This record gives sequence, C-alpha cells and structure tokens, in this order.
Amino acid sequence: MNASAPSRIAPAQVTIVVDGQERRVPADVTVAVALLGLGVRAFRTSVHGEPRAPLCGMGICYECRVDIDGVADRRACLVPVVDGLLVRTAESPE
Amino acid sequence: MNGPALEALAVDVAVVGAGPAGIAAAAVIAETGRRVVVLDEAMNVGGQIWRHRRGTPAPAAARGWLRRLERSGATILSETSVVDVRDDVDTGRFAITAERGVSPSLVNATTIVLATGARERFIPFPGWTLPGVVGVGGAQALLKSGLDVAGRRVVIVGSGPLLLPVAASLAAAGAHVVRVSEQATSRAVRRFAIGLWRRPGALAQAARYRAGFRSTPYVMGEWVAAARGDGRVQEVTITDGRREHTIACDLLCAAYGLVPNTRLPRLVGCDVRDGAVVVDEHQRTSHPRAYSVGETTGIGGVDLALAEGELAATHIIGRPAGASLRRRRASLHSMATGMNTAFALRGELRAVVTPDTVVCRCEDVRCGALRADWTIRQAKLYTRVGMGPCQGRVCGTALEFLNGWPADSVRVPAEPALLSTILAEAATVAASPRYQGASR
Amino acid sequence: MTGPGRSAIVVGAGIVGAACARELARAGMAVTVLDAAFAGSGTTAAGMGHLVAMDDSPEQLALTALSVRLWHELRPTLGSSVEFDPCGTIWVAERDEHMSAVREKAEAYHEQGLACEILSPARLAALEPNLRVGLAGGMLVQGDAVLYPPGATLALLDDARAHGAIVRERSTVDEISAHAVRAGDVTMDADVIVNAAGARAAELTPGLPIVPRKGHLAITDRAPGFVRHQLVELGYLASAHQMTSESVAFNVQPRVTGQVLVGSSRELIGWDPGTNRGLLRRMLDRAVSFMPALARLSVLRTWTGFRPATPDKLPLIGRWEPVDGLWIAAGHEGLGITTSLGTARLLCDLVLGRATPFDATPFAPVRVLSSAVATQ
Repeated sequence: MNASAPSRIAPAQVTIVVDGQERRVPADVTVAVALLGLGVRAFRTSVHGEPRAPLCGMGICYECRVDIDGVADRRACLVPVVDGLLVRTAESPE
Repeated sequence: MNGPALEALAVDVAVVGAGPAGIAAAAVIAETGRRVVVLDEAMNVGGQIWRHRRGTPAPAAARGWLRRLERSGATILSETSVVDVRDDVDTGRFAITAERGVSPSLVNATTIVLATGARERFIPFPGWTLPGVVGVGGAQALLKSGLDVAGRRVVIVGSGPLLLPVAASLAAAGAHVVRVSEQATSRAVRRFAIGLWRRPGALAQAARYRAGFRSTPYVMGEWVAAARGDGRVQEVTITDGRREHTIACDLLCAAYGLVPNTRLPRLVGCDVRDGAVVVDEHQRTSHPRAYSVGETTGIGGVDLALAEGELAATHIIGRPAGASLRRRRASLHSMATGMNTAFALRGELRAVVTPDTVVCRCEDVRCGALRADWTIRQAKLYTRVGMGPCQGRVCGTALEFLNGWPADSVRVPAEPALLSTILAEAATVAASPRYQGASR
Repeated sequence: MTGPGRSAIVVGAGIVGAACARELARAGMAVTVLDAAFAGSGTTAAGMGHLVAMDDSPEQLALTALSVRLWHELRPTLGSSVEFDPCGTIWVAERDEHMSAVREKAEAYHEQGLACEILSPARLAALEPNLRVGLAGGMLVQGDAVLYPPGATLALLDDARAHGAIVRERSTVDEISAHAVRAGDVTMDADVIVNAAGARAAELTPGLPIVPRKGHLAITDRAPGFVRHQLVELGYLASAHQMTSESVAFNVQPRVTGQVLVGSSRELIGWDPGTNRGLLRRMLDRAVSFMPALARLSVLRTWTGFRPATPDKLPLIGRWEPVDGLWIAAGHEGLGITTSLGTARLLCDLVLGRATPFDATPFAPVRVLSSAVATQ
C-alpha cells in the first residue's frame, strides 16, 4: 500500500473519445450522462437541423442517439461508458 | 446466412421488465426452481423507481427484493430489448426475439409476464425541443445515472406525486430548484392528500420529500406556456391561465404524468382499455399464457406493482393467493384510481401549442401540419407523424391528449431493431434447455 | 353517350381513382369521388411508390411506359410532398442466365423509347456499392422514378378539385347500379360511374376477377446514400407470376428521407392483414443476400398491403357491359402507382370516345365477362 495514497479515494474515471477528442468521464455513468457532463448540447440534429438532446432519459424518445463505436443511432442513455469508447455526436466537426 | 452467433434460451417463464413488478414476479417464480429469465433494456435491474448504478447501493426499499431475485436463480438479461413475441400455438410456447447491443437474443417460454412499466406523457409546448428540456422522470433517470446537477437552475413542471421525489432528489444533489409547478388545482391535490389518511406512511413520505425542497415554491394550478433559449433552454414561462411569469433556468423538467407501456402487450394481442392492459384478479391478460403486472396495467406506484408481481407469480406457480395479498392489491388499486382522478390533466394544456410547435420530434412534424379531423392513420400517412424511431411513444401519447387520437395497432418490431435481429428466428422447441441460472 | 358537361362518380380515392377523377374533371365532367375511409388509405397507402416500366407482357410495357412518360410530364407541377425522385431502376442479375435475358429486355425497352443501359458487374458495383460482390450485372432504366404514394394521391385530387371535382371521404359505397351509386340511404346518379375500388372492387361489381395479393414491406431508419436507385431482381417477374404459392423477390428503394424500403413478398391469404413472420424473414433474407449491409440497418416498421390481382396480370380498364354507365379502373396488382396515370388517360379516352394512345382492348373488362357470367 502506497504510504502517500490520498485518504479519500477519487471516483473512478475512464477515457472515451468524443468527436475525436479524448475526454475523462466517470466510470459508472451512461454515455448520455457523460456527454451532458461534458457540455454536449446537440447529440443529434432534427430533420430540419435543430439540436436535440436527451428528453426522457430512459430509452423511449430516441433523442439521445449518437454513433457509438461506429454503430449509428445508439441510444446514449442506455449504453454504459467503457474505457476507449468512440462516440460521435452532431457536434462532431466532420 | 451471415450474422452474429445466436443464443437461445428455453425457460418456463419470461419476464419482460426488471422494475419492482417484474422483480417480484421473477423472484417468487424462480424460487420454486422453475426456469425464469428477466429481459430488460437498462444496464441494471430496478426499472425507473429503483434505478441504481451497478456497484452503488440500491434504494433501501429495493434491497430485500433485489437480494431475493439474486438468490432465486432467475437469469437476468440486461441491455436487452424485446423486439417480437410470437405465439406458437402448436408448441404452446412464446418465441421471443430480443436484441442486446447488435446481437439477437432468443428466448422461448411457456408463459410471459409483461412488466414493461410506464413512460412519461410529454405534452408539447413552444420550445420543448430545446436541449436542457427533459422529463420529470427523465431528470430523475439522468440524475440516478450519475448526472451532475450541482448549481443548475432547475424548474419542474408537471403533474402528480412524482414531482415531489424528483424535486427532493435534485435539491439533494445540489441543484437550485427554483420552482415546482403542478397543473392540478390545489383543491384537487388537497382532496387527494386527505384521501391518503388511510396510508399515513404515504403522507409522511410526501412531507419528507417536500421538506427536501422546502425553500422552493410548490405551486398548484400552473403549467408551462413556453421555453426559450439559444441552442439550449435558458428561460421558461409558466402560466396559471391568467398571469404568466418567466423564470431563468438551465434545466427544465416538464412532463405531465405517466402512461403505461402497452406496445409489447398489444403486439402479443392483449386487450388494452383506457391505455392500460386489462387483467383479471390473477393478473392474467386476455391471452391465457400472458400476465401483466405493475404500471403496465395502470399507474399505481411501487407497492401496487410489488403486490401484482407476487399475485401473478403465485398464480403461475399454482399456489392460491393469500387473502392479505389480495386485500393489499385491492386497497392500493383504489388509491391509484384516486390519484389518477386527482391529477387528471386540464384542458388548458391543449391550448399551449401553436402551429409552429413540433409535435413529432423524430420526424419534425409541426402542429400546424396536422388537421384535427384526420384519423391518426391519416396523419401518419400524410405527414409521417409517429413514423419515426420512437414509434409514436412520445407524439402518439401527446396526440391522444391533444386530438383524442387513439393508439394505432402494433406490428413487429416492438422496438426498432437491426434487420439481422428480425431475421433471427426463435425456435419454440420445448426440449431440454441450455439453461444457466446466473445473472449477467 | 358521354362528353364534357356530363357527370361522373369515381368510387375509390386511391391513386387510380384520384388519377381518373383528375383526368375526367379536366375533360370537363362534373366529378364526385367517394372513398370509404380517406384518400390513399387502401393499397395506395401500403405501396412502395415505384414508377417503373415493366415488361411482363407487351401490353404491360406499353401501359407502364406511357405512364412513366405522363409522370415526367406532370413532374413540374408536383410539390415536395410528392417526393418525386428520378432515381431510376436497376434490374439486378443474380446469375449469368439472368444477363442473357437482359439484352432482350433492353431491346423491348428501347422500342418503347425508354433509355436503358446494360451494366457489367463492375459498373453495377460502382453504381450501387452496397450490392454484394459476385452479381452478374444488371440493367439501368434511367427514366424510372420513385414517389410517395399518399402525397401523389393528394396532389392528383387537388388538381381534380381545381377542375371542379368534389371529394367525399368516409362515404362508403354499398351498391353500384345502372348510372347510380348508393352510399347508405343516399343514392347519387351520374352518367359515368368508375369502379376504382382496388382490391375491393369485386365487392361492388361481382364477377370482377380481382383478388387480394398480400405483400409485406419493411422500412429502415435513415441511411442516406445506402442505396441510390430502386433495385429489383430480374427474378421479380417470376415472383409476380406465382398466383398460388408464397414468393419473395429482392426489391429495395431509397426514400427521400434516406430511409430504405425493403420488399417484396406475395401470398394469397384472403384479407388477413397480420404479419406472416416466416414470409417476412424470407423476404428480408433475400434482400440481405443481395445487399449484406442491409442486415446492419435498423428497421423501424413493417406492414402489409393487398395488391388487387387479376388472373392475366393486366388491369381492367373500360366499360363493364352488364351495368349501364359502369366503367372499371381496377386490378393493377403491384403497378397501380405507376399506371394510375396511364389508366386514367385510357379510361378518359374510352369514356369520351377518343382514340387511345395504343390498343386498349387487352385491358377491356369484356375479356373476363364469359367467366364472370359463369360465376354469377
């Protein structure tokens, strides 16, 4: 045991890649929560180009759809973050 | 054909939904040694009210039942969405096609218990599509999934007892809850509260919740008129029908009550009335091998859900239901009826939409594109309203309230699914199963 | 005798009825359209919306070729809700033996003035990258297109209304008799009655050999660019031929939304609208065998519809002798969207006693009369 370990254990984090950038997020959250925590506003854009973000939080509304690990239209509120996850939102520069 | 490897599980009972009702049903049945599988979309069991992250403690009220479920031997399939249920009349079994990630998950079962819970009723208002506008239960779900709301300015607008625990949770998590607005009149809410005299525990809990956001105005008889902001919500206008006032906020929780999730029961062919699955005193639906429990049969809260789950289970395993269990269910049921009456939605909520207000979020159909003298089918064909991925769960519910349009019939897929999943056929062989009793 | 200034009642506001109403109204007739539900609610609502020149027979090719030309003439007047997309059709050859039939097909199309291009496997792959490797080639028909049937039906009815037609929805016609229809206890007279009731036409005119031929369709979530043309396998006609058993054929369509429409299946099962899961899977499986990447698209909905099928694969267009004043415009099987305009043109010509663009005798309802009399 390291003698200089902090007395309070920091919450676990993982690294995910969001729109091409590596970001540190809590280890035990959904992708939706992680993205909201990172300040992402536009998870997807509507048919007429308006930004859309989670509404129902429970997999019903399909507004939180993002690309996860190359698969399009995954509901971010139902997917847990894991280290190395690749996420693309509507805010992606590409 | 090409495709991911298939796994098929043959069980006695498949329980769809791992909220309190499904947990109770699954635990009681599996404890007898019968083979039970529970399928649920979320990452972890608990449904909405008992939602908790893996590795964090479950809500206290849930722990007993969760322990029972864990010890019962039931198999849990999380992150699994049920896409189709086919009744094979030759073998007398249900073939269930589900999807987990990008792979099909196949189950066959003699009996199915539909515990698909409830979702919120979203009623459109100008600005409701802005990022930062979420549901009331939606805020709770995001919060329990780890959303950091510390310092956020929150306004909560809606209807029903759910407003209280959500306001309390958000406040406890450090949000500045600026206002809680209940559309029901104060008279209706007071009458409901008085009607709870038989359940002092419920009243005490309500008081505790209220204390959790005591410095926030909790106002009856008002509802949301509009939300505004540049790319995200920045202010909300609340109205009581006479006066309006505008409040700055960066998180708006706005949804009016709960509605049962009946899409899968309807696919199975169960009768539905007034938006809830019809069941007999044993929780059996109009299909003799399909039971339904919990919010799916009518909004009634966690205690009723548990009682119904137990009742269905006892009937499935052939045990007579105890008189106290039946009494408990009856009294909780009547309380639920009272609640739904007290918090009935006022007509003014229909007057909030403008022709420009988006009604169908998936297909971006505005209110003005719809004609009230159409049928729902006509509206779907002419405007694509309800034809997007949410399959009408958001807009269809809104239009039922706004235009009186009843829900349309349901076909496979019960949820959007990969074509490869729909291709996966679940055999209904009743031969000895490859059964693992472990949770995943 | 009929002519401008006379009256007509069109029974059925599907795309065929709508097209007929438009044509007759433009010819100066006072037209009323009646539909039991709402415009485009029947087979029209379920159809793919493919505008296709099809050569199952010379007559069919003539009618579809005329119709496709008429759609292109109409195109400038069609609004965005019609979703007219001139994407063309590619007939896909699974095997070399299909390619040998393609040359004949191309000649027949050329004779009708329809541009087409024979595609090598390499050219096919370049045009449609999501088709699997190893196909034998195909034929591109550039003039074919796709539209949204309910949108097109409403546009045709709007034009009919602009020429004085009246449309009455939620009006169920119970009976057609000489120069009259009865809807409930209301009877309406007209010089011309057109039975355009599609798959249910035989209910109003006993003896019409029109039976429902059920089909399944599936639509995916948005995948823009996944498929660029309407794709049909050359074996499609073999499937359309089978009057008795279940059959499937590869048939995939891009929608302007970017969604992909996947068909097709045929079965004779009466009026049961329920999903035949086994047949649905066969249909999807066939589609995936041509386009493997389809398996990774998300399916939002499936549905069924009933094509109005006749024994000789040709629609019934023309006078129905046994009932004075009654004309038939029904029995279009899977080509109702396309041939609605050609049907309307032929019907109007016949009603007004004008010359038709080609011999309409093959479509004449009289051809079924001897057997009809026998069944009555």
